[in-house]
Amino acid sequence: MSQSSTTSTTSAPVSQVAPRPGDPAITPALVAEHGITEFEYERLVNMLGRTPTFTEIGVVSALWSEHCSYKHSRPMLKSLPTKAPWVLQGPGENAGVISVGDGWAVAFKIESHNHPSAVEPYQGAATGVGGILRDVFTMGARPIALLNSLRFGPLTSPRVRWLFAGVVKGIGDYGNCVGVPTVGGEVVFDPSYEGNPLVNAMCVGLMREDELMRAVASGVGNPIMAVGARTGRDGIHGASFASEDLSEASDAKRPMVQVGDPFTEKLLLEASLELIRSGHIVAIQDMGAAGLTSSSAEMAERGDVGVTIDVTKVPVREQGMTPYEILLSESQERMLVVAKQGHEDEVRKILAKWDLEAAVIGEVIAEPVYRVTEGDRVVAEFPGSRLVTECPQYVLEPRESEALKAARAQDPHEVTPLEEERDHAWTLERLLASPTIASKRWVWQQYDSTVRTSTVRGPGSDAAVVRLRGTDKAIALCIDGNGRHVALSPRNGGRAAVCEAARNVACTGARPKAITNNLNFGNPKKPEVYFQLSEAIAGMGEACTVLETPVTGGNVSLYNENPQGAIHPTPTIGMVGLVESLAHVTPSAFQQEGDEIVLLGECTDELGASEYLLTVHGLTIGAPPACDPAVERRLIDALLEAIGAGVVRSAHDCSDGGLAVTLAECAMLDRSRLFGFSVDLSPWALLPHRAVLFGEAHGRVVLSTADSAAVLRIAAAHGVPARVIGRVTNADAGAQFTISDDTFRAPVAWLAKAFHEAIPQAMDGETPAEHAVSASHAPVTD
Amino acid sequence: MKAGIVRFPGSNCDEDAFHAVADLLGQQAVYLWHKDHDLQDVDLVILPGGFSYGDYLRAGAIARFSPIMQEVVAHAKRGGLVLGICNGFQIACEAGLLPGALLRNDSLRFVSAPVTLRVESIATRFTAQYHVGQLVRIPVAHGDGRYTADADTLARLEGEGQVVFRYVDEHGEPTRAANPNGSLRNIAGIVSAEGNVLGMMPHPERAMESLLGSTDGLPLFQSILDTLQGGVSA
Repeated sequence: MSQSSTTSTTSAPVSQVAPRPGDPAITPALVAEHGITEFEYERLVNMLGRTPTFTEIGVVSALWSEHCSYKHSRPMLKSLPTKAPWVLQGPGENAGVISVGDGWAVAFKIESHNHPSAVEPYQGAATGVGGILRDVFTMGARPIALLNSLRFGPLTSPRVRWLFAGVVKGIGDYGNCVGVPTVGGEVVFDPSYEGNPLVNAMCVGLMREDELMRAVASGVGNPIMAVGARTGRDGIHGASFASEDLSEASDAKRPMVQVGDPFTEKLLLEASLELIRSGHIVAIQDMGAAGLTSSSAEMAERGDVGVTIDVTKVPVREQGMTPYEILLSESQERMLVVAKQGHEDEVRKILAKWDLEAAVIGEVIAEPVYRVTEGDRVVAEFPGSRLVTECPQYVLEPRESEALKAARAQDPHEVTPLEEERDHAWTLERLLASPTIASKRWVWQQYDSTVRTSTVRGPGSDAAVVRLRGTDKAIALCIDGNGRHVALSPRNGGRAAVCEAARNVACTGARPKAITNNLNFGNPKKPEVYFQLSEAIAGMGEACTVLETPVTGGNVSLYNENPQGAIHPTPTIGMVGLVESLAHVTPSAFQQEGDEIVLLGECTDELGASEYLLTVHGLTIGAPPACDPAVERRLIDALLEAIGAGVVRSAHDCSDGGLAVTLAECAMLDRSRLFGFSVDLSPWALLPHRAVLFGEAHGRVVLSTADSAAVLRIAAAHGVPARVIGRVTNADAGAQFTISDDTFRAPVAWLAKAFHEAIPQAMDGETPAEHAVSASHAPVTD
Repeated sequence: MKAGIVRFPGSNCDEDAFHAVADLLGQQAVYLWHKDHDLQDVDLVILPGGFSYGDYLRAGAIARFSPIMQEVVAHAKRGGLVLGICNGFQIACEAGLLPGALLRNDSLRFVSAPVTLRVESIATRFTAQYHVGQLVRIPVAHGDGRYTADADTLARLEGEGQVVFRYVDEHGEPTRAANPNGSLRNIAGIVSAEGNVLGMMPHPERAMESLLGSTDGLPLFQSILDTLQGGVSA
């Protein structure tokens, strides 16, 4: 590594790049501060044939950060299936795009804002929503739905409550203002996320297939324009911040968190869609992570052209900004546009209509360089697209954590039941009141879920259903992931995340079509984390192949660690399904007294990694239930055929909390419309009863029907085990369970109270103390 | 009927209102741009929901100064019909078309939920198709919906039958629990003294199709249509 800032070069570059007066000298300490390793620095010097300038160090620190470069994950991600006849755009663009027929296409993508949300929850979450909206509308699609996947520590911690409330408000305020409904998502509470909350936001947009726009720079001489908000000093180095572990010092990085302005975003959305449809531009890209640097370098690399940018032309908020600051600013609500030569005024006119600015800041050039000037002075210059392509990729040696191996080896059946567990109703009530399972109404009431008047099924359903106006079709959307299952068995957990998302979508009557994914993991340089990452990705790939749900894109968030340790490895899957006819849209909850209840799939003795073990015993142990994508495929095929035949009144996926929780939810998801039920689970009486009731075996769906014979016939034809297990009754009859001579009954209103009031009680203390429902758990630890 | 839907920067329920009028009612709908002065001879002006001008300063406070609002106010003064929904209600209050003001929800949180309303008056050009005391389900979605006015204004609104919709529970009682934002007297919607301007926080345009859960907003639009077709346009 070069030790001197004055090292001269022998190979003369195309233009003269010299240190800018006032910039700091390039020292090993400065390089290290930028998160560039010695190996990477050498690679950079070799690429340039000289000592980099301070500006160049900044550019490389951003582009070669994990967040922008995927340098530890890309080799593994390449193994994922990405193709299907309906995939119009796979990974590598701002968002993936699939065809949904009749000339319509859906663009969708998920992205994390974990690190900023950990230090500034409101703005961190809000700008996460802003970024993912821009990724979708730059493809030419109008955003029609938002979802989110959130992870926090236990709500007993005041700091967690502050983070949770701030994140929810930030998501709500941003999406509500832009006018895109937040239609679904998930919230999970687990001690492993106490120091590192996860905030993943997903956006879905709709467009005509022929309106698809790609972020590929082309056309020598075409002007490059900065559009939207001005560039300020906020968010400098956000991408690098997101590529390191959190520490005590992270709070000091709060100024790195960007500040969002949803009103400007709304204007930018309208202006961008108008620009794309106008024919005056050839490409558009969000200035997101690493801002101008990343957007311009990536567009040039995709188009295999050169670009030159003059930072003095960039509209700024503050005087005296250096090239380094302008290039790395992550000010929000900005776009980079390649316009057609001679159409600059037309572009300005469209922006002016929406009270926004557009400025020519550079040009597409034939010479294969990425050049940044400050007036006449060249402050950064990289050869060709090598700035993007030469980023090192790392393949490390994976090794499974001994501690997790040991935890998996523990037999959950040897855990001694508590005295109270003699009454299964006690356990059921306790699980329903666990914040991970309990109703998230407190959350989603803060999200406008009905704007755009297309939300057929909103939050609280297995998956959201959004109709495609003017057609008889709808799309079904969900986000799913279970970090505990992945921690205890990464490959199986990767499969399960995809399969559970697919089941959820299928329960609403939709055929799963494609996924986007967010990989939230710890520090990949640790062999144990690298193992989790590679195994989980492999498992996701296996499931996607069998379910024919290719991966169209995603996001990787690593370094979710703090001095207390890493998070559970948490891949979250954003699934898009297609409902071929609105008549197929199926609710989660029971609809009619007297209907028969059918269980598709089998109960097993699997109890490992369950919410039951965590909530009741504070344990994260045991082998998670095995997930076989072929079994899930048959289940989904059978379910969709039954729904298509019109014999399914309701369908609900069986997951967190197991069969007993699933049945209880079917009876009381809608608190104003409670049902009772009576089920006989005696066929599984020989299995441990707590596994039958609370085990989380995969491949199961609870449905209600007036024609169980037809359902059983269809299931049999697909080779799916199915049994009539009981009947929907009046709420006054309660929730009645029989497993041979082991019977119990719970009042539905009591269960509903636990389920619906746990989170409001934890957040607002709205329930009087004497009525508090198990919300006073001691903090649970692994 | 020809309805004009005003588009302010930040409006986001404009397309929903357009869809309700054009596709579900089968009537003519046009957008009115905030920078224009031309009302395009519409019979009904809809001030749609959203966050006009980002709710900067105060919800609706900047929109009232936009060029199109001068024309909307003149239209109202001529007796023309104006329907303000959510942010449109806030704008109508700021512009002086309706008395009172809408403050931050008392929970200090945005609230998005279906709510039950009691129809308090059918002697308006907006509600003739309902019956008095009818309970309807219509969604709300707002952060600033707490209706407030001084005691005299409230007494006048109640006395003159200008309170049109009230938040109530499933039994029709205006309880505290049924009030999503802390509105005085559980007020959800009011009509002007002349009866030609209706402001309401709930979104009737989101309750027009059984597919989406409720058709209880439909009679409101049908009432307007009947009024206009009956030639009682002023």
